[in-house]
Amino acid sequence: MRVAGKGLIDRNTPVRFTFDGQPVDAFAGDTVASALLANDTRLMGRSFKYHRPRGVVTAGSDEPNALISVGGGTEAQPNTRATCQEVYPGLIARSQNRWPSLKYDAMAVNDLVSPFLAAGFYYKTFMWPRTFWEGLYEPIIRRAAGLGALSGAPDPDRSEKAYAHCDLLVIGAGPAGLIAALAAAEAGADVILATEETRVGGRLLSETESVGGVAGSDWADQMAAKLSAFPNLRIMTRTTVTGVYDTGTFGALERVAQHVTPGGDAPPTCFWRIVAKQAVLAAGALERSMAFPMNDRPGVMSAAAARTYLNRYGVSAGQKVAVFANNDDAHRTAADLAAAGVKVAALIDTREDATSEGDWPFYPGAEVIETQGRRGLEGVTIRKPGGKILRIGAEVLAVSGGWNPAVHLTCHMNGRPVWREDIAAFVPAEGAVPGLIPCGAANGVFTTAGCLTDGVRAAREALEALGRTAKPVDIPEADETAYALTPKWAVEAPGRAWLDLQNDVTTKDIGLAAKENFRSVEHMKRYTTQGMATDQGKGSNVTALALLADATGRTIPETGTTTFRPPYVPVAISSMGAGHSHKGFAPERFTTSHAASVKAGAPMIEAGLWYRPSYFPEPGETTWREACDREVGMVRTAVGVSDVSTLGKIDIQGPDAAAFLDFVYTGTFSTLKEGRVRYGLMLREDGHVMDDGTTARLGLEHYLMTTTTAAAGPVMAHLEFVAQGLRPDLNVRLTSVTEQWAQFTVAGPKARDVLNTLLDEDVTDEVMPFMSCRTVTVSGVPGRLYRISFSGERGYELAVPARFGTSLWRLLVAQAESFGGGPYGMEALNVLRIEKGFITHAEIHGRVTAFDIGMQGMMSSKKDFIGKAAAARPGLIDPERERLVGLKPKDPTQELTAGGFLFNAGADPVRVNAQGYTTSVCWSPTLDSALGLGFVKRGPERWGEEMRFVDHLRGKDFAVEVTDTVAFDETGGRMRG
Amino acid sequence: MRLTCPHCGDRDLREFTYKGDALALSRPDPAADSKIWDDYLHNRDNPAGVTRELWYHAPCGGWMVAERDTTNHVTTRTLTLAEARS
Repeated sequence: MRVAGKGLIDRNTPVRFTFDGQPVDAFAGDTVASALLANDTRLMGRSFKYHRPRGVVTAGSDEPNALISVGGGTEAQPNTRATCQEVYPGLIARSQNRWPSLKYDAMAVNDLVSPFLAAGFYYKTFMWPRTFWEGLYEPIIRRAAGLGALSGAPDPDRSEKAYAHCDLLVIGAGPAGLIAALAAAEAGADVILATEETRVGGRLLSETESVGGVAGSDWADQMAAKLSAFPNLRIMTRTTVTGVYDTGTFGALERVAQHVTPGGDAPPTCFWRIVAKQAVLAAGALERSMAFPMNDRPGVMSAAAARTYLNRYGVSAGQKVAVFANNDDAHRTAADLAAAGVKVAALIDTREDATSEGDWPFYPGAEVIETQGRRGLEGVTIRKPGGKILRIGAEVLAVSGGWNPAVHLTCHMNGRPVWREDIAAFVPAEGAVPGLIPCGAANGVFTTAGCLTDGVRAAREALEALGRTAKPVDIPEADETAYALTPKWAVEAPGRAWLDLQNDVTTKDIGLAAKENFRSVEHMKRYTTQGMATDQGKGSNVTALALLADATGRTIPETGTTTFRPPYVPVAISSMGAGHSHKGFAPERFTTSHAASVKAGAPMIEAGLWYRPSYFPEPGETTWREACDREVGMVRTAVGVSDVSTLGKIDIQGPDAAAFLDFVYTGTFSTLKEGRVRYGLMLREDGHVMDDGTTARLGLEHYLMTTTTAAAGPVMAHLEFVAQGLRPDLNVRLTSVTEQWAQFTVAGPKARDVLNTLLDEDVTDEVMPFMSCRTVTVSGVPGRLYRISFSGERGYELAVPARFGTSLWRLLVAQAESFGGGPYGMEALNVLRIEKGFITHAEIHGRVTAFDIGMQGMMSSKKDFIGKAAAARPGLIDPERERLVGLKPKDPTQELTAGGFLFNAGADPVRVNAQGYTTSVCWSPTLDSALGLGFVKRGPERWGEEMRFVDHLRGKDFAVEVTDTVAFDETGGRMRG
Repeated sequence: MRLTCPHCGDRDLREFTYKGDALALSRPDPAADSKIWDDYLHNRDNPAGVTRELWYHAPCGGWMVAERDTTNHVTTRTLTLAEARS
């Protein structure tokens, strides 16, 4: 019910939304939880395991019960805490984990059989037969025990990520955080003040106390205005700091547009990475409950939350409220409610020496031993000192078992909190996170005056670390009432007493865990699932481990805590991974000919991040093979052009460039003449092949290396490592120029004719023999021409600055077509190189040596090079190794597959008999036969031998002949021409 | 987490690539026996304490040695390879 004259909500702005289809009237400033309570709806959810009816317990992000789904379609947000979800016009909220409705949930039958469903029930019961787990037990259990569901459709990925840097990050904007931020801002530090709440003030928004002579919430507003005037301070509301990482890095989730009607441009959330030189943790404290029988009925809630609903939202969860506590702090709840005109049915304090002066029935030394009401609380039964039983009618029971400082973030880097007996709570360990200074309630300081003083202290420490001088800060007058409690964790009485409300863990489960020797707190957690729900046991973990300590005869510090890990609150994968799906995950790199290839109808295939044309279909061609065969024939008989710009290009210059190349390649490049090109093989230091490519000597101290497309980045890093780390004696500089040059292959008998229509100078075989290079001009544009071949035909590669690539491609295609040729794609390129036995990373896949690919002769004996020593190890030159061969099916129409196995003819096709495997295969239109490359034990010795090819996966089994790797034009006359 | 590139200053971890122990800088003589090469190529200590490790900062192409304590994950200093050798 609404309480007149209370709350910080805007009563002039009504907001209507729906809950489970029913309209709910609220005001701006309400949360879904406060609005439902205002409308006397206490039942907000069903528990995970027993499907028990549950109501809201807290007023913050630690809420275990009131989980709802918000919105619809792909943007639906399941498991949203109703206590954090602000209302907006048109908001659609739905309850979860119930069928057919929240009031009548069929799965509540689980509750009736709960004696059989204690901790470990699933582990013990569903073990046999083992095969039933995945197919039968698990799906059924999962369906019964559920949270909200996602739409199942791809996420629209509308959330964003952002980065921020500051001198000081202040986490939490209660009194401690506000005054720390002010002190730091006044000292000139660059400050970010982050609060999970919609406005600053923290606990002051929930209390009636005054600060500096004005209402606490007014003081907070004044502070907000004062802080906003600092250009060096930024207030981030609706922003939860979720994790602490190394070197002052923090993760933070900002709810950007989850509180406004959908449809705008703003992202739902933004995930921040904040890098702060220093941080102040002023995250406050979380109220904990006590365990007593049937403490889970809708209407049983935190005493502090009851004050929040009253003072911040102008709501009481019921007409008659009882308060149950072990401390003074909860007495405020009774006082505030009574002052607001709500009937306080009883104040029950477990401490016999407690006093209370209010005008309400007071029961010191009493305990709640039972509650009544099925879908909502109707009354409680208490046991007074001496054992007298009394029943009290109440719709709300406001419970406080004391406060737990929010130490979570101080534990994210292995810090273990320390137990403080005087407040019966864990506080942050000294220096738990370097540069993170806890203060205020998070540091175990529980008075407002104390928080203000401690906030200034924390700011001073941070400023000193930042090398800044703190200015004097006026600390306003505030409440100094000491916090007094006598620990009480659980009431001794028959009946189920809940700890972890979301996972339905009871005090009995803790006892059972201890009895079955799960005495370690980490074992107890996993055995009972205590603290493993979406609230991570914020309100119940300390109570559970106090009970475990009791059951195992240890103290609480001896028992220890479980490990708090990021994130502090649940973060959707779509928020944490914002911007990292689709193109954000795999950016696209396009060549200069990309648009033309797409326009020509070429299907584009991925090559790393690059896209390359697969083939260029002509009218009438219905399969890729038809186009591919035509393109191969075109290159072999006329001319083809193809974009090879994706290959890595590394510019190498310096007086010692030649010596450097001699060191990184197996071959010798210092003897290469200017204007000539040489094939190079590069090994890893462990003797295996890293990459291959051609390198041209453009000048005396100037080389251009090409790498394969895939290895461009790794080779660059490797060369830099060699230059900086292994051979600093060599004067050489390396620059990646892959993107600076557009480079096109012109290959085929008529390649030279095509070039001569475009180049300003005449290309003859005298000036451009095989494996030569020179600078040329194309319609006045300076370019480079290399005579190299990856097709086995007369081949050239023409490179121009990338900005001319689009034009040159257009010219090349037109000229090639006028000579009966045209563009060819990756498929044809692959066939052409397999026919010639040229290798790619399908062959040099990381486990092969130069010896394996028949290039042992390229390893110079006259010099040292990377990989030389290791490559000489006996195991890497063992003739029994699998070595590269060509493969030809006995029946040329039988097509090989890559990844198939080779066996001796007549041998059983089983693992132990494998003699090798296939790596690259194609249909050769040139030879009218299927062809392949592969590795076979003692390969080169077995040319002419018949073997059995088996691909178990694709059902192939036929005879092949081992051949030379070069299937076409063995002498190379065509490319040397 | 952030690392300090000797050339560029403090940078986000994601700009760096880890490449193993800085032992890789001490390449044996080509004629050294296979035991020495084996140690260089394959054998690494796994200390609880300070390690010297190689990181590559792709945006600038610089390699560095980071001295990191595996017990508390604190990187005490980062050096260019030239500094690391001296």
